[in-house]
Amino acid sequence: MIKLGVPSKGRLMGDTFTWFGKRGITLSKAGSDREYVGRVDGIDGVELVLLSAGEIPRELAAGRIHLGVTGTDMVHEKLSLWDRHVAPVVEMGFGNADLILAVPACWTDCTTLHDLDAVAARFRRDHGHRLRIATKYHRLTRAFLREFGLADYQLVDSQGATEGVVKNETAEAIADITSTGATLRANHLRILDDGLILQSQATVWRSLTAQGDVSELVDRLG
Amino acid sequence: MSQAEADRLLAIFLDSGAQRVEADILQPADTLLDLYGEDIRGRAYVTHDPLRGEMMLRPDFTVPVVQRHMAERAEPAQYTYAGPVFRAQEDDTGRPTEYMQVGFEVFDRAAPAGVEARVFALFHSILTPLGCTASLGDIGLVLAAIDGLSTTDARKAALKRHVWRPHRFADLLGRFSQPLKLPSKPLGGPHIGVRSGRDVAARHAMLEEEAKLPPLAAGEVEVFDRLLAINGAVPDALDELGLIANDFPALGAAVGKLSDRVAAIEAAGVDIARLKFAAAFGLTSMEYYDGFVFGFAQPNGDTVASGGRYDALTRVLGQGQDAPAVGGVIRPELTAALVAALAGDAA
Repeated sequence: MIKLGVPSKGRLMGDTFTWFGKRGITLSKAGSDREYVGRVDGIDGVELVLLSAGEIPRELAAGRIHLGVTGTDMVHEKLSLWDRHVAPVVEMGFGNADLILAVPACWTDCTTLHDLDAVAARFRRDHGHRLRIATKYHRLTRAFLREFGLADYQLVDSQGATEGVVKNETAEAIADITSTGATLRANHLRILDDGLILQSQATVWRSLTAQGDVSELVDRLG
Repeated sequence: MSQAEADRLLAIFLDSGAQRVEADILQPADTLLDLYGEDIRGRAYVTHDPLRGEMMLRPDFTVPVVQRHMAERAEPAQYTYAGPVFRAQEDDTGRPTEYMQVGFEVFDRAAPAGVEARVFALFHSILTPLGCTASLGDIGLVLAAIDGLSTTDARKAALKRHVWRPHRFADLLGRFSQPLKLPSKPLGGPHIGVRSGRDVAARHAMLEEEAKLPPLAAGEVEVFDRLLAINGAVPDALDELGLIANDFPALGAAVGKLSDRVAAIEAAGVDIARLKFAAAFGLTSMEYYDGFVFGFAQPNGDTVASGGRYDALTRVLGQGQDAPAVGGVIRPELTAALVAALAGDAA
């Protein structure tokens, strides 16, 4: 039995069901809408596993599911050396989101990482602590900033409502996912010109550790 | 095997007059994060204590040993230690995450060249019989070249801040080598956050001043390329440095210090013609080392030992106080294998 992991909630689940439907594979929740048991029609030997999108990378890496649907951001953030554990099968064309670095719009002197680095140096001298960047994407953000060479910053954890941290004075900048930028603008934040950390979209991934022949299912997804 | 080797190395350092010190495995994360920045999270194991907050498994002994010294400040002092250190490996799973370090640290206000030569000669006497080759470097040369630039203190400070990040350093040097254009101001917004409107206005004023500065002279920028390209036997490197210092006299004092150190190392009985010198040595891996640096590599190229002068670290940890600090560490797991291979060859 080939196990297919799909996000268990919301728009990502709905879009995934539609995407598979167009390829003649009908995915659905069994029983009531609240139940996390799935059903697969239109192909034999495939079992649907409904999971949180954030857990799908780990399940793929452990080989407990053969294929899984989740964003590029999740795979790169959650899996160290991700390409040793999973391989992308096909990009699905929805769930587009950019992981970006944004600062307050009122920082009219700060439009690039170079500016942010200079601001961080001064900020630490003036305020006695490192400039705080709120995010839940710690690994990706840290790797991006290390690559650039930003100094005198610290990452603070923010698992939700990250756009509000600057106004609440718990951080000076954020690294977060955005699709249209509307929430950023509403919270008076601006993306740095060179602040694109990762472009993400919903993708079907194949586990490199799970045992089993996924070729029949993969052939249908092309 | 590695414990016996650690004990052997420890005994050598004790014989040289060092006092044995211990350090907690769990270190407060704050101190390490303030020193090394967020990057240390990728290299160290972070754990959480409900009362003491974030803690790290010690990534090295340097910080606790310096803290201990700064608290007592009896100089001259010599310390030795041995024990495991812990390094998380985010990208390369082939490297060990836990390994032994045996270290030797000297805090001594005597003439720097003599202290540096004594520490280096001791490591040399332990490691060259095992087939290791030594490389020297000197981060003081780059720092002196920055000080010698005909530019503002603000630009010098910006360059010094990134000496240990060569890629960013090169980027800054490139920016300062061209006429600056004032970037167009983006649309603002209502004031939010801790950084005040006055802070923003102050930086705008500073950027306007900076835009009036002339670019760095091409001849001065070229000094960094010539300097960082130096990589060869110590006597040749000294000759080349002498030529650069002729063109750029601000380097003279730093080159003089290096010559004194090399003379002291030679006087300690080391054949300097067999030592390598690279001006870029240690720039990526030895943050806060601000003068003499050295490393020893085994035949396959792996680093077995490294060390140098780190006065800058004592300045940051000492909150205004500093101490002249020179030291190094050896990895006994690696030297144990070299000792065993030699014994095998002899048998």
